[in-house]
Order: sequence, then structure tokens, then C-alpha cells
Amino acid sequence: MTGMSSIVKTVTRWVSPFIFAFGIYIALTGHLTPGGGFPGGVIIAGCFILLTLAYGKETTFGLFNLESSAVTDSLAALAFLCMGFLGYVFGGGFFNNFIQSGFPGTSFRLLSGGNMPIINLAIGLKVGASLFAVFAYLALFRAIEED
Amino acid sequence: MLTYLLAFILFAVGLYSVINKRNLIKIIMGVIIMEHAVNAFLILVGYRMSGEAPIVEEGVSISEFLSTAVDPLPQALVITSIVISLGVVALMVGLAIRLYQHYGTFDITEIRKLRG
Amino acid sequence: MVLIQVFLVFAIIAALVAVEAPSALSSIISLGAVGFGLSIAFLWLGAPDIAITQVVVEIVTLVILIRATIARGVTEIRGNESKTLLIGSLILFGLGSAFFANYLSDFPEFGKSAMETFSNPASQFYLKFGLDKAGGPNIVNDILLDFRAFDTLGEATVLFAAILGAITLLNRKVFVDSGEEKQ
Repeated sequence: MTGMSSIVKTVTRWVSPFIFAFGIYIALTGHLTPGGGFPGGVIIAGCFILLTLAYGKETTFGLFNLESSAVTDSLAALAFLCMGFLGYVFGGGFFNNFIQSGFPGTSFRLLSGGNMPIINLAIGLKVGASLFAVFAYLALFRAIEED
Repeated sequence: MLTYLLAFILFAVGLYSVINKRNLIKIIMGVIIMEHAVNAFLILVGYRMSGEAPIVEEGVSISEFLSTAVDPLPQALVITSIVISLGVVALMVGLAIRLYQHYGTFDITEIRKLRG
Repeated sequence: MVLIQVFLVFAIIAALVAVEAPSALSSIISLGAVGFGLSIAFLWLGAPDIAITQVVVEIVTLVILIRATIARGVTEIRGNESKTLLIGSLILFGLGSAFFANYLSDFPEFGKSAMETFSNPASQFYLKFGLDKAGGPNIVNDILLDFRAFDTLGEATVLFAAILGAITLLNRKVFVDSGEEKQ
């Protein structure tokens, strides 16, 4: 279980940070360009799946193990829910866009759209962490079976 | 009308696979094809002839945007349905792997015989 | 419009190959061709958000499916079917076609979206006020995260439940502790 050949490992080492950054970018600028939290999260999960396939699961779990994926998943879901309750407290309705109605930013900029970038980032982290957890359990299941 | 019919045929191919095949992986594939067909049908209903993506560009007036943009509501519903389908596929694959570990086969008729 | 139909026909052919191919690898790759063909069709239908999501989800689905079959030595997934099931599925197909032909006239004509054919649609409101009230130029994300954010919360819950089910099924410890698995 040491992963694939050195060519794949080298290419993965160069490419995977850019894939991760691209996933964050897609999730963060979802209110301006095509994209959003869901594709961004799947791209983040794809980055860790690539690392797992190329380097084997021990190296990847050193970066991001099952406990941290569970914690990230739960915290992102909690942040998503908290934005809803904050909208209820400050804006008068569940998931009211209280930042946009209170401090309207300039349109077509990153810091516009109120709480949409925050919710997008939370959804992206949640989807990425949960999909990576499923793949990690698949990999672990196969490793147990081979014993 | 022909375009809707094509989406319906894609759905029928997936349904054929779910009903007729004995292999669990083929059944999962049939479910995935049916999901694709339903998503494609919803997007087709929202399309307007020579329509643009529902993204406002800087400097375009709202009335001009209203006359060219396609329907955004089916897209917003489909984008969540695609990601849910990925989670459901993971669940189905988990079930199939459990059954394979228990019975040593993906054939559902064999799984029925070995019961009890 | 012809281009969209060409990609849909491509998806149908790829789906037929995926259903009928005996080898596991070619079957799964043909399933990927269905998704990629549909994603190009979505791009032409004015839905770049859906196209991006479709591509990345398709890749992860392929990885999971290959992990489930090829990695455990299953290369042949030939599924023989019985005659009675074939007749039953043909009857179902006929019934479905009859329903489809019956209600086809109620659909809006292709190229005229639902928000043009029905009076006072919700989509016009979203398109008109999305930029002012929600603040984002991408109307799909405005609907997803502002106007109908409660739907997105429910969707996140469904995804959480599905992932939890998959992890519980794949986690060996649970089954060992409950004594269900004796090896």
C-alpha cells in the first residue's frame, strides 16, 4: 500500500495544491461566476481522493484523517445552521440575508452578496469532508478485507 | 417535442437496466442513468430558444436580461439533486459491497437462493 | 437545438452500451460518457453551474464504482435476464409511453420555458430582484442560498443522512460489536 509509481506521485505533488485552491475558488466565488458550494466541495474531495490513490492512505491520513473529516463536516453544517439563526435574530426571518440588507456591498465584487460567500464556503467544506470520508471508508474496508 | 422524447428514452434505458438485470452493479448503473434523465428533462423544460445563462453581466439592463435569460429555478433544484445522487450512489455501493462480502457474488438471484 | 439533440442521442447510445457491455471497465466508462455528454448538453442549454457540477460528480462516481468492482477482482458483470422480466419491462415501457404521449401536450413547447407559458411565475421575480435583494449576479446561487436557503438546508440534511448510512455500512466495527458478523 505505498501507492503508484514515482511519475504519478510527482505529478500529484505538483497538481494537488492547485486543485485544492481551485475548489476553494469555485466555492468562494459562487455568487459571481458559475459554480458554488456543491461543485467546489466535490473538487476539494477529488483533491484528497487523488492524494489517496497516488500516495496510499497512510500518507493522506497524516494530512486529513477520519476524525478531522468528521469534525469538519459537523462544524460546517453547524456554521450553515448558525447563519440561518443569525438571519432570524438580526434580519427577522430564517436565512434572511442580513449582511446584504444591513451593509449592502458593491455588486460584482467578492465582498458582495451578504452572507452568500460564507454559506457557500460552509457547504463546500461540508460536501468535501463528507465525500472524502466515504472514500476513505471504502479504502479502509478493502484493506481490512485483504488481511 | 422530439427533445423531450429523447430524455424519456434515456429514462427508459435506465428503467430497463433496473428491472431486467440481475447484477447489482448494473442495477446501480440503471439508477444513475435514470437520475441523469430526470435532471436533463428538468433543464430542458426551463430552456428558452437561444437563451443565455442566468448570470447578470455588468452594464446589462434588467429588462434586456429578463428577455434573454433561461429559467433559473429548475437549475437551482437540479444542482442539489446531482450532489444528493452522489451520496445515494455511495450508499448503494456500500450496500452492494456488504452483500458481496457476505455472499461472494453480485448476482441478486444467487443472493435470494442463499437466504435463510 | 440540433446540437442538443445530438448530445442527447450520444447519451442514449452510451447508456445502451453501459447497460449491455459484459466487461465491468467498459461498462463503467460508458456510464461516464453518459454524464459527460449530458454535461456538454447542459452547457448549450444555458446552465454552466449544472455542467461544472455534473463533470466533477461524474468523476467521483466513476472512482467509487471502479473501487467497488475492479478493485475486488470483479471484471465480468454479465447479467443474464429472464424472458418473463423482459416481457414485463416491455409492458411497463408501453404503459410509460402511453402516459408520456397522453400528457405531452401539457408540457410547454421546447424552446419556450415554463416561466413564459404560465402566468405570474416565481422565476420572473427571482430574475428581476435577484441582483438587488440578494446581491449576487449569479441568479442560480441567489435562489440556492438566499430565496430558497431552507431547501438547501434540507438538502444538506439528506446528504448527511446518506453519507452517514454509507459510512455505517462500510464501518466494520459496528457489525462486529453487534455480533452480526462471525468469521
